[in-house]
Parts: sequence; C-alpha cells; structure tokens
Amino acid sequence: MEIHYQDAPTFVQTAGYAIDPAKPSVCFVHGAGMDHAVWTLFVRWFVRNGYNALAPDLRGHGRSGGEVLGSIADHAHWLHGLFDALGLGEVGLAGHSMGSLVALQAAATGAGRVRKLALLGFGAPMLVGAPLLEAAAANDPAAVDMMTIWGHDFGAQIGGHQLPGLSISTITKRRLEAARPGVLFADLNACHTYTGGPAAAASLACPVSLILGERDRMTPVRGAREFAKCWPRASIEVISACGHGMMEEKPEQTHRALVTALTVEGHG
Amino acid sequence: MSGPRYLGFDTLSLHAGQRPDTQTGSRATPIYQTTSFVFEDAERAAGLFAQARAGYVYSRVANPTLSVLEERVAALDGGVGAVATASGMAAIHLVLATLTGQGSHIVSSRALYGGTHNLLAYTLPRFGVSTTLVDPRDPAAFAAAIRPETKLLYAETVGNPRGEVLDIAAVAAVAHAAGIPLVVDATLTTPWLSQPIAHGADIVVHSLTKFMGGHGVAIGGAVVDGGHFDWEASGRFPQITERDMGLNELDFAEDFGPAAFILRARLEGLRDFGGCLAPGNAFYLLQGLETLPLRMRAHVANAQACAEFLAAHPVVSQVTHAGLPAHPDYALAQRLMPRGAGAVFSFELQGGRAAGRKFIEALQLFSHLANVGDAKSLVIHPASTTHARLDAEALQRAGIAAGLVRLSIGLEDAQDLIDDLSRALSASQK
Repeated sequence: MEIHYQDAPTFVQTAGYAIDPAKPSVCFVHGAGMDHAVWTLFVRWFVRNGYNALAPDLRGHGRSGGEVLGSIADHAHWLHGLFDALGLGEVGLAGHSMGSLVALQAAATGAGRVRKLALLGFGAPMLVGAPLLEAAAANDPAAVDMMTIWGHDFGAQIGGHQLPGLSISTITKRRLEAARPGVLFADLNACHTYTGGPAAAASLACPVSLILGERDRMTPVRGAREFAKCWPRASIEVISACGHGMMEEKPEQTHRALVTALTVEGHG
Repeated sequence: MSGPRYLGFDTLSLHAGQRPDTQTGSRATPIYQTTSFVFEDAERAAGLFAQARAGYVYSRVANPTLSVLEERVAALDGGVGAVATASGMAAIHLVLATLTGQGSHIVSSRALYGGTHNLLAYTLPRFGVSTTLVDPRDPAAFAAAIRPETKLLYAETVGNPRGEVLDIAAVAAVAHAAGIPLVVDATLTTPWLSQPIAHGADIVVHSLTKFMGGHGVAIGGAVVDGGHFDWEASGRFPQITERDMGLNELDFAEDFGPAAFILRARLEGLRDFGGCLAPGNAFYLLQGLETLPLRMRAHVANAQACAEFLAAHPVVSQVTHAGLPAHPDYALAQRLMPRGAGAVFSFELQGGRAAGRKFIEALQLFSHLANVGDAKSLVIHPASTTHARLDAEALQRAGIAAGLVRLSIGLEDAQDLIDDLSRALSASQK
C-alpha cells in the first residue's frame, strides 16, 4: 500500500492485505540501500497466518519518496510516526543490519509499543570501513560491489539460492544499484555514527531475539554476542554457513527464527 | 576505486549454482530424478504453495538439478536468475508468452534462426500476436516499427546464418526509450563471447543444445533475466505490476523487485505451459558448461582460421564471418566480442546450388546435419533445410542465397578442417 506521510509518498508492503486492527502486527525494517522486497517471503507468511505484516520502504528508499534521513534516531522517529499514521498499536518489530539499529532505537523509544524485537545481522556499534564509506559517498559502483561481496558468505557467490534459479549475489547487487544517489552513503553513515545502542538496550523491556549469520563479515557474531550480554534473557540464533544477508542466503532458517521470535500465542 | 573482486568466468563455469551435496558429499551435481518433493509438514506445504516459503514442490516448476544449471547460466550471463526449458524454442516461447497476449506486437530483427522466424511469422499470429521484421543493422528501423501495443524488441546477438552483429546498446536504447525490454538470443555467442545484459539487453535466451552444452547429446534452453528493466515505469505489463489472483495474489514487481520477470516466467510459464527440462538433460548440459571457456577459445580460433582460408580461396565469393575485416560488422564485433566473432558462419560458392550440394557431399570431417555448436564440425545448406519455409523474397531479405553454405566450426585440429574444406571446394567445381 502507498500512503502520504510526512509530505512524501510512502510505500508499505503488506502483500495486498488490508490492515485489520483486530490482528496482531509485525513490521520488518530493511537495511542500508535496500527496500521492502527483502522481506517478501516473511510478509507473505505472516499475513497468511493471522497477522498484519508490514515492510515499509524507509523514507527515500525503494518506492518511498522524500529525502533520505540521516540518523538512526530519525529513522526510528519516522517509523513510530508511520505506525501512528497506519493506526497500529503494539507491534512485533524485526530489522536487518541498519534496520536492526532502527528497530532497536524504535523499541527503546516506543513507550512499550514494541511487543517483541528481532535483530538480524546486528551489531552495535555498527562501524563501517573507510573504503566503503568513501566509495558510497562518491556514489562509486565499488560500494555496491563491496556490499554485495562482503554482505554474504563466500558460498553465496557460488550460489544455492533456496528460491530455485535465482542468484543471491546478483539480486542483492541489483537492489543496491537501484538505490537513489546518496542513499547508500546516508544509510552507512547513519550506521557508522550511531552511538545509542547501549542506552537503547538498557531501556528495553520486551523480549529480544538475535538472528545472526555464522560467517557474517559485516556484523560478526562475536560482536553481537558481546553486545547481547546486556540482555541476559535474549535468544540468540546463529544460522550456520550464512553471511550477513540471511534473508537471501538462508530464507528457510531465517523464516523459522523469525516465527520463533515474533509470533504470539494463538497466531501462527 | 576498485572493490573486492567477483569470481571469474572460468570459476563460475565450474562451480556456479552447486556446492557439494550436504547429505552425501557428492562433488558432481546429483540428478534429482523425481517428479515431486515430500512436505515435512502441512504448514510448510501451505507456505510453499503460497510462495511464502522457499523450496521445491514439483519438478515441472523447479527441480534441484535444474536449479544448479539455472544459477550457472544466470551467473555466466550476469543475470538475477534463470529458468531452464525443454529447448531453446521453449525458452523463446516462455519469454513471449510471459510478455505478450492477444493483440500484442513484437518488433524483431529479420536475421533469425528459421525456427524463430516460423514462430513469429506464422504461429504467433494465430494467437493474436503480430511481428514486424526489421533490418538488425538499423536501430532506427526498430524505433519506427514500435506501436503502442508493442511489448518487446527481439534480436540475435549474431544473425544466423549471415553473421549480422547486433549493436546491443543501440537497440537497447531504442527499446528503453519506448518503455519496452530488449530480448536477445545469445545462442551463437554464449556468455563467453558476449554478455548482452552488460550491454543493455534485458532478457537473454539460449539454446543450451548448442555451444553451452557442446556435446550434442541433450536438447535444452534457458531464459535469463538481467533484473534491470523497470516494469512499473513501463506501464505495459500489468501481468508483472498488478496483483494476480490466479497466481497467489502475487504482484511480481512489488514482491520480487529485480527478479519480477523471471519469477513470473517460472510460476506461470512452467506451471501453465509446462516446457520444463528433464533433470537428466540438465545434468548433461552442466557437464558441457564446465568446459565452456576452454571449448569456446578453440571454437573461435578454429573458426577464424577456417574463415580466413575460405576468404582467400578463389572459388569462394563471400564469407560472412564478422572476424574478417571485410565483414560489414567487423568493427562492431571487435568492440562487442573481442574474444572472437563466433564459430558459425556461411559462405557462397561459385556455381550456386549445384556447387553447394557437391561441396557438402565431398566433405569428410564435417557432418551434414541440422544443428550448430557441437564439438564436431557441422555443415548445412540453409535454403533447403533450416530456412526452407522462407519464400524467395523472404530468403533474399534474410540475405540467404541459394548457394549459401553454413558451417559450424568444431574442435578438430584446424589444419584437418582446412584440408577437408580444401578438398571439398575442389570437388564442388568439377
């Protein structure tokens, strides 16, 4: 669906389903330079299992207009406004990579709105190397190549997509190529400069699940595990032989982890 | 600034799409000779049918052996995905059936494989799809023929049998200015010689039967989606940009982004038309693809040697190999296909049809048959075989003379091929 929000057309993937206030809601937040389509399989499963499932294109991304936002806090604020505009109350919230920081910040600032939190490809701080930042700042295609190659386990270049006949790395590359100029840098810079992780983590009351790729080169497992020490009851699912892009690399394992992390009793 | 490096072509030819089997450790791709796949539970079955889970259901739509082939071809072409088909013609049909319907129009190069010409000129009109054929060397002719109901431009990377080289970027620009995709048949070049997607083509079709397989033992085809075309902006393809109640309420562009076309082709085209490849044939074709770079190097080297020999021979009037400086597309071929202009070309003999027949019958190494791209060298007389359905005027427009002979140069020793050609040329003039 498309709504007009904050003076810009804003796209929210719902797989064609209308939002029903009587249903529990889950929301998926994409990563740097990406859009809603990375969540399609998961949105389609949740809407068919009794949920409102939403995957917005963040401002300036994908089908959403407006200037891209420059900080994780701004994205989180924007997300809460979107929930208000859609009439949503409590949500289960999942985010990948940059989206995991947005989800963490939104959960911390949402006054209990976030019922459950799933962080995929997560790390805080999420520092970005200078070569990637510089390439993204210059809108150099090398930034797309770095994201494509480092964003997956080596095996993803070989292949083995669980959706038959698709190329994991080329689909990621096309998605990044489709980002408007400046968006990738704004996103990576927002990740790089985000320092609110510890404070956000300290204020959380909802259950937290970390879904990590065993061979993630962008947000390594050990960093996420270290951060998760502040959540003694956090669930940590490490997907084997998987890099940073678990939704493309291991959609079935990611599906199972998300179902465990986000479903509520009596639904799904 | 240079980034990290993607795997190279030779590596992808061997590995793309296949990691050793996790259950058995099998290094070779297993042949999944099964029609269907057991669901571990009812919930997963429902998810698979709803395109909400990833996996296999039924081999008409997807099969693990085919998936390896599909990913490999997609990787070699730089596409987001591929669908393997029962033949090259099934691949072409799958593309056209996915993008066109009653009242649609196609603008195509007239320099086509005979089977493709037949489909466009005679068969598709019965289903309400018409085609305007134009000169492949004239991008403006493509532009002039486009109508509001035109759904795609179609051409071959190198025309068969005259060797016209398509200026892919120029024709792609025409297509994109009109909001329609360029579909290219790259059978004669393979991705080792030319990667049309990198030059602007949107969809690539292959007959895998030819150089891609290389051994001449299995029929197959493939459709590759470049993933660049903006279906939403085009506005001409509601089957891709609107939710389809007949296909699980999928809106392919919205739901799958760059993979919209190839998933529509698979989920509708294989489900409803059923032109799927057999797993055993996929296995054979994978064996061929492993050596594609090695074979293509030898094919084009041998072809260049044979073409140069023929061009210098006194009884040969014309050689249509774009690797020869006299060919009108030589400069374009050097730019688009620097590794070589392919291994299929034709020539005209002095003495016309009778001389052509004597020539073919005098050859001993070349096999007279209706195929190209085999490891063994092949020969045919197009006017009486592959292009027999074209009337005289159509033959003339396609640039096919009555005495034209088409060669597909194989992997034999170049000197043995030249000796065979030399003997047969002498015999043709007696």
